[in-house]
Amino acid sequence: MKSLRNYLDKIKPRFQKGGKFEKLQSTFEAFETFLFVPNRVTTQGSHIRDALDMKRTMSTVIVALIPALLFGMWNTGYQYYLSRGIEAGFWATFWFGFLKVLPIIVVSYVVGLAIEFVFAQIRGHEVNEGFLVTGLLIPMIMPVNIPLWMVAVATAFAVIIAKEAFGGTGMNVFNPALVARAFIFFAYPAQITGEKAWVAGLNHHAAIEGFSGATPLSQAASFSLDKIPSLNDLFYGFIPGSIGETSKLAILIGAAILIITGIGSWKIMLSALIGGLGIGFLFNMIGANPYMEISPLTQIMMGSFLFGIVFMATDPVTAAQTDTGKYIYGFLVGAFAITIRVLNPAYPEGTMLSILLMNVFAPLIDHYVVEANIRKRTKRTVQNVNA
Amino acid sequence: MKEPLFSSRNIKLLSGPLNLNNPITVQILGICSALAVTVQMKPALVMALSVTVVTAFSNLIISSIRNTIPQRIRIIVQLVVVATLVIIVDQILKAFVYDVSKKLSVFVGLIITNCIVMGRLEAFAMAEKPWRSFLDGLGNGAGYGLILVAVSFLREFFGSGKIFGMQVVPRIMYENGYQDNGLMILPPMALITIGIIIWIQRSINRDLIDKS
Repeated sequence: MKSLRNYLDKIKPRFQKGGKFEKLQSTFEAFETFLFVPNRVTTQGSHIRDALDMKRTMSTVIVALIPALLFGMWNTGYQYYLSRGIEAGFWATFWFGFLKVLPIIVVSYVVGLAIEFVFAQIRGHEVNEGFLVTGLLIPMIMPVNIPLWMVAVATAFAVIIAKEAFGGTGMNVFNPALVARAFIFFAYPAQITGEKAWVAGLNHHAAIEGFSGATPLSQAASFSLDKIPSLNDLFYGFIPGSIGETSKLAILIGAAILIITGIGSWKIMLSALIGGLGIGFLFNMIGANPYMEISPLTQIMMGSFLFGIVFMATDPVTAAQTDTGKYIYGFLVGAFAITIRVLNPAYPEGTMLSILLMNVFAPLIDHYVVEANIRKRTKRTVQNVNA
Repeated sequence: MKEPLFSSRNIKLLSGPLNLNNPITVQILGICSALAVTVQMKPALVMALSVTVVTAFSNLIISSIRNTIPQRIRIIVQLVVVATLVIIVDQILKAFVYDVSKKLSVFVGLIITNCIVMGRLEAFAMAEKPWRSFLDGLGNGAGYGLILVAVSFLREFFGSGKIFGMQVVPRIMYENGYQDNGLMILPPMALITIGIIIWIQRSINRDLIDKS
């Protein structure tokens, strides 16, 4: 450790103003602050001391994502062996999934971080940690059969158009990971819909008889309700789906971590849940087709609903900022997610679109919440003065 | 003193709109049709030529009669001229390139309402001499066409692997897993493509960036 510190101190002057590698300063800084706590302190103005900086925030989210990721790896292997009709042990299953998922993670990180570094150099600001979470979220919301070059293109698109064009970390209007998924959804729809996308190897070999790679959502969309897996399977996640979304248990563990540490907003998660359940009930009462008759509990267990509201809707940059706003924002995310998936046959899953839609409205919601508060207080003051 | 036909002042009328005064990327005019007709290169090119012809000749005609147009009805007079030219262009397209004309459908007729045409008439032709107005119309039409062709090139190449309807992405690429990007065919991508062009242009020409 000590020798590393000494080495960094030795080469540091070369990266500072007037040094040989002046242009690479932000790259150096990124590595230095990644390895060590920065020794800089704020010099002016009042400020609050807190151990929670952006790095800590991002690391917590990563930790919260780990259970879902590990389960996703295991489930990738599990679904594969199930589709081929092979018995395999736990470690073999996990290892298979690990090898399938790892390249997607690597591609997402390498492409995204490379672009972040380039922009940081051009614009002369620090490299932010914002991409650490995005880079892990992108693989987790991809189907396992996605070609790697598509992951690369989608990541590049998301980072450049959804993030850097708006001014980088903290300035983006849309959740970059969801933009990456939306990009693939619209650009290469064949890779992210249908029955062959979700189980490893199914795009090359036929499955054994009786196995269907269709996700619960596409079963529901084709009204074959009897084929929707049991609540138990949906909860533990023994179902085909995007890599990280299948296990509700793992997602709930992640949600608990986010809520306890205060990183993710429970207000958004709760109101989104209420929104989803509420719309589910409403559709139950209408009951115009078999899809509407699915119980609200099954509705929120299917697809990426829980994953979306726990890890994507709570993104502090793109969500509403005010407390009242968070309730409204969350409720609408949940409500639209279920509405889109039930009412629009072209979009089997609505969570992605609903969160992106509400990302656009979040600033507007905040604006009106703040305005309402100002009006209320003005009224109070005026009344006091009159009295 | 008589000015030569292609004095440097006049050449500027032609070259300005190509870059620093581009109607689409700098004046942000004519975006609507730029989004609509840029899925393929052929219609985009035809559209670009049509707009250039209409802008140039309506500029020329309006500029020639500018001193006799009563101020209060000038918009109607301009519209009559533009509409006449557009109908002529439309008929020519229908006669000689019928398939492209079908693809462009309503957008040829909509040249009448193209912001660039009206903009140049109001801002330039009403106050300048015919020859200069004609050059200005040509320049702005070419500037519009340049962006149209660039956008449609990117959209057709990445969206369907073709250029002017000819397959250019080799079969071997598709066999190895390459796929055309369906998003490029959708209208939002035209907007994003133009946005990227604007982004690049302003990074190169820093003085185009708003100071505010």
